[in-house]
Amino acid sequence: MPWTTLSRLLNRYPVRPPDSGMSRRKSLWQSLHLDPWLLALLLALVGAGLLVLYSASGKHTDMVVGQALRFVVAFGIMAALAQFPPATFYRWAPLAYGLGVVMLIAVELVGDIGMGAQRWLEIPGVVRFQPSEMMKLATPLMVSAYLSRTGLPPRLPHLFVAAVLIGLPVVLIAMQPDLGTSLLVTSSALIVVLLAGLSWRLIGFFLLLAGAALPLLWINLQNYQRQRVLTFLNPESDPLGSGWNIIQSTTAIGSGGLQGKGWFEGTQSQLEFLPERHTDFIVAVLGEEFGLIGMIALLALYFVIVCRGLWLAAGVQDTFGRLMAGSVILTFFIYVFVNVGMVSGILPVVGVPLPLISYGGTSSVTLLAGFGILMSVHAHRRLLPR
Amino acid sequence: MPPRLDTLKNTEQELRIFRRRALLALVVVVALTALLVGRLVYLQVVEHDKYSTRSESNRVRVEPLPPTRGLVYDRNGVLLAENRPTYNLTLVRERVDDLDRTLERLVTLLELPQDDVAAFKKRSRQRQRPFQPALLMSDLTQEQIARLAVNRHRLPGVEVEAQLLRYYPHARIMSHALGYVGRINAEELKNLDAGRYAGTHFIGKTGIERFYEQQLHGQAGLRKVETNARGRVLRELGRQDPVPGKNLTLTLDTDMQQLAFDLLDGRRGSIVAIQPDSGDILALASAPGFDSNRFVTGIDVASYQALQQDIDLPLFNRAIRGRYPTGSTIKPFVAVAGLREGVITPNKTINDPGYFQLPNDSRRYRNWLRWGHGRVDMERSLAVSNNTYYYSLAHDLGIDKLERQLGAFGMGQRVGHDIQGESSGLLPSREWKRERYNQSWYPGETLSVGIGQGYLQLTPLQLAAATATLANKGDWVKPHLASSIGDEPLPDELPDTPDDIDLPDPSGWDTVFSGMEKVLSGHEGTARRTGKGLEYRMAGKSGTAQVFSLGRDERYNAEELAERLRDHALFIAFAPVEDPQIAVAVIVENAGGGSTHAAHLARAMTDAWLLEEGHMPGEDKDSADLGSAAGRSREDD
Repeated sequence: MPWTTLSRLLNRYPVRPPDSGMSRRKSLWQSLHLDPWLLALLLALVGAGLLVLYSASGKHTDMVVGQALRFVVAFGIMAALAQFPPATFYRWAPLAYGLGVVMLIAVELVGDIGMGAQRWLEIPGVVRFQPSEMMKLATPLMVSAYLSRTGLPPRLPHLFVAAVLIGLPVVLIAMQPDLGTSLLVTSSALIVVLLAGLSWRLIGFFLLLAGAALPLLWINLQNYQRQRVLTFLNPESDPLGSGWNIIQSTTAIGSGGLQGKGWFEGTQSQLEFLPERHTDFIVAVLGEEFGLIGMIALLALYFVIVCRGLWLAAGVQDTFGRLMAGSVILTFFIYVFVNVGMVSGILPVVGVPLPLISYGGTSSVTLLAGFGILMSVHAHRRLLPR
Repeated sequence: MPPRLDTLKNTEQELRIFRRRALLALVVVVALTALLVGRLVYLQVVEHDKYSTRSESNRVRVEPLPPTRGLVYDRNGVLLAENRPTYNLTLVRERVDDLDRTLERLVTLLELPQDDVAAFKKRSRQRQRPFQPALLMSDLTQEQIARLAVNRHRLPGVEVEAQLLRYYPHARIMSHALGYVGRINAEELKNLDAGRYAGTHFIGKTGIERFYEQQLHGQAGLRKVETNARGRVLRELGRQDPVPGKNLTLTLDTDMQQLAFDLLDGRRGSIVAIQPDSGDILALASAPGFDSNRFVTGIDVASYQALQQDIDLPLFNRAIRGRYPTGSTIKPFVAVAGLREGVITPNKTINDPGYFQLPNDSRRYRNWLRWGHGRVDMERSLAVSNNTYYYSLAHDLGIDKLERQLGAFGMGQRVGHDIQGESSGLLPSREWKRERYNQSWYPGETLSVGIGQGYLQLTPLQLAAATATLANKGDWVKPHLASSIGDEPLPDELPDTPDDIDLPDPSGWDTVFSGMEKVLSGHEGTARRTGKGLEYRMAGKSGTAQVFSLGRDERYNAEELAERLRDHALFIAFAPVEDPQIAVAVIVENAGGGSTHAAHLARAMTDAWLLEEGHMPGEDKDSADLGSAAGRSREDD
């Protein structure tokens, strides 16, 4: 049985991992509390993303420079967060969560309507703020903090509380309506519950429950969301309406072939057929211009990042930090899967950006803040001083 | 509180669970990644040919269909803003090989004046969404279109497109009230909903055009077209029609507006007329005006500078932004303040020796008539515009009560409902002076405010609104320019309308009114010459405002300097007294000694409205009058 061999191997994995391969002395990276491998991988990803954006934006230098500057800020935030010990996040989790919920309610009341959905809270001239974005981190933080206190594996009453903790922000975000974000908040928090060791029997039960709830969900979907689902099942049914995006993006990817048409040579991408080509659909530009090789390279890069993240998470001693780290890295992957899935036409269009590549600063800041927490957890991975 | 330290065994167990689950997660990640790769292989290898062909033949383009902007009419249906078809020069940067050379070519072809070349080039570099055409020049002449057509093959990415362009038939007199549209600039582009404005190059910049931008603009539509390889449209595949902007009917009366400009006759000044019971602004004139049409197409640099540097400030909207000392026109309002605070009664008389003295102060505050008016009651104080009476009254009130009561008339606040860029004027108070000069308030300054000469400054609109409220015996109706948007009339109760003004004894209004009537009809009224031959009862009040200083950076010659240091003439009026149909405020800058100059203008406005346009109460209303006053009857007690 490979399973048993694997778990034996796993049990031999030292609880206190050796210093991450650099040297015996406290290396520069350790004192910076950053993981050099993860950092290098993220920088490689961002660099590749800027090259694709340059083409996707129609060689719009200002756009690329703007995006690069946003990344400077986002990486700064990541490095800053890495400096705090996990206990800090643990302490602040309830406050951040509570504040986020209050702001979501405020958005519901006063948010200005942007793109047909209320997402922004604005202090005029100071800041435009998307509370739902903050909840992507605050919700799993809260659930991790709660479950790590109750002791693992979680028992039913604790699961019930966790469900409420997850449900409250998700319902508020779904009301906005913002399907993509509510999906990501749900999955990031559910991952925490799964990693905490939810029993298989309960998992099976919940899956059945979810299956039963699907018709209910369908009834409660907004019209345009239903339209999207139907279109996804058959894009050709509405070639001028919501099927347009999917048809154009699959055409872009498919016409790229093995090697792609070359940088700036994508006719789909450069000739305006592809909507939202520098935001949610940017991966279609990559597919068209760099072909299957480019796509596999990108997915490989993402995969290595996920592996490194999981490795770091598995070396952490304290439960709260471990759960949060696992949630951050697996949510990151869910972004990738959902985005590439929807652009290549195997998932409905839900409005999830391609992490660290799509144009726009909000999601990059959230993602890198998450990586900041991950690095903090990793840097302070020992419970007990040597 | 820090996490509870579990027993080591527990910790170990949790760690084990986690690692097992993480490994499982990794398996799922691998599976899902494989799924994606599988899908990509399917698309890019298996189905590659199909999609390749499809993208080759993909000649479908989405084109925005900009909405037509709503039209603007005056109260009688006179068209004030329309759209006329014109041709524009646009450029799609992504399709231009060599921008600099293309621009050079265009400059030569179109024979642009040297001054405008820089602006022209700047426009081509303005940030646009990718593949959105940038507007380089609007309203091309026939000859320019012909030249561009001949050279088309040498100018890839340059297009001539037909577009409706805003046109203002009565631009000269409506430029300030109506405002104008102009090119969307980079700053505005950032805050626009790109979908709504796709294909639109213009946006309201000032006035009504800006205030009602949302309603006037509408919503862009889309069409999907099939093109040939050169981008020529072959057929339309589908469309989503644009939602045109809503038409706007204003309360303005073009004839009254024209009259106001004729009356100001090249002088600097402003006339604002309001229908008291509805709040309809009938005329909102600021002279000199300018031709707003030139701003639509993009005014050339030289003309713009000429307008900017013109010492008569034609671009300055005096009616809503010009802050003037009120002079004696403030007196009726001070009288109402005294009645309301109970510090004076209509019949109380004071003796005017020609000056007023504060207790324990030897300084004399003079009346304009050196030897004084003798015994003066409220009615006469208004008719002869006696200063001493108001020095005394202002002193009795004190600045705090005075400020509160003048504030009730809308002074020191923006009074209009839909007036873009309105100034709130200046209603001085103790706090204001403390903040502004870091000094305390002196009793003498209260006296100045009492006769409208101190810090107090109002815009013509505020003065007209206060006069309308006075004519309504204290009932507030917010002045507004729109009477209906689309088919929706403006609501009767506008938001943020100030509270009505009640007098403890309502007969006080009649005292103030008869004093103001005697200004025009009394044997010692300050505007008795204007009042000759009145066919209805008119109430008014004259005022003179001293000019203390001029803008520092402006250059004047001696003769001009003398002219520009003359007093401003002001007049407020409403008529007919028993059922006011019109309230007017007139300000003529540097009118000089003729303080009655403004009174004549006010009379001409009331005559026109009541006699020529037939708005005398009891007469049949002009059938074309939209009568937005309907349903806004005043409560007369």
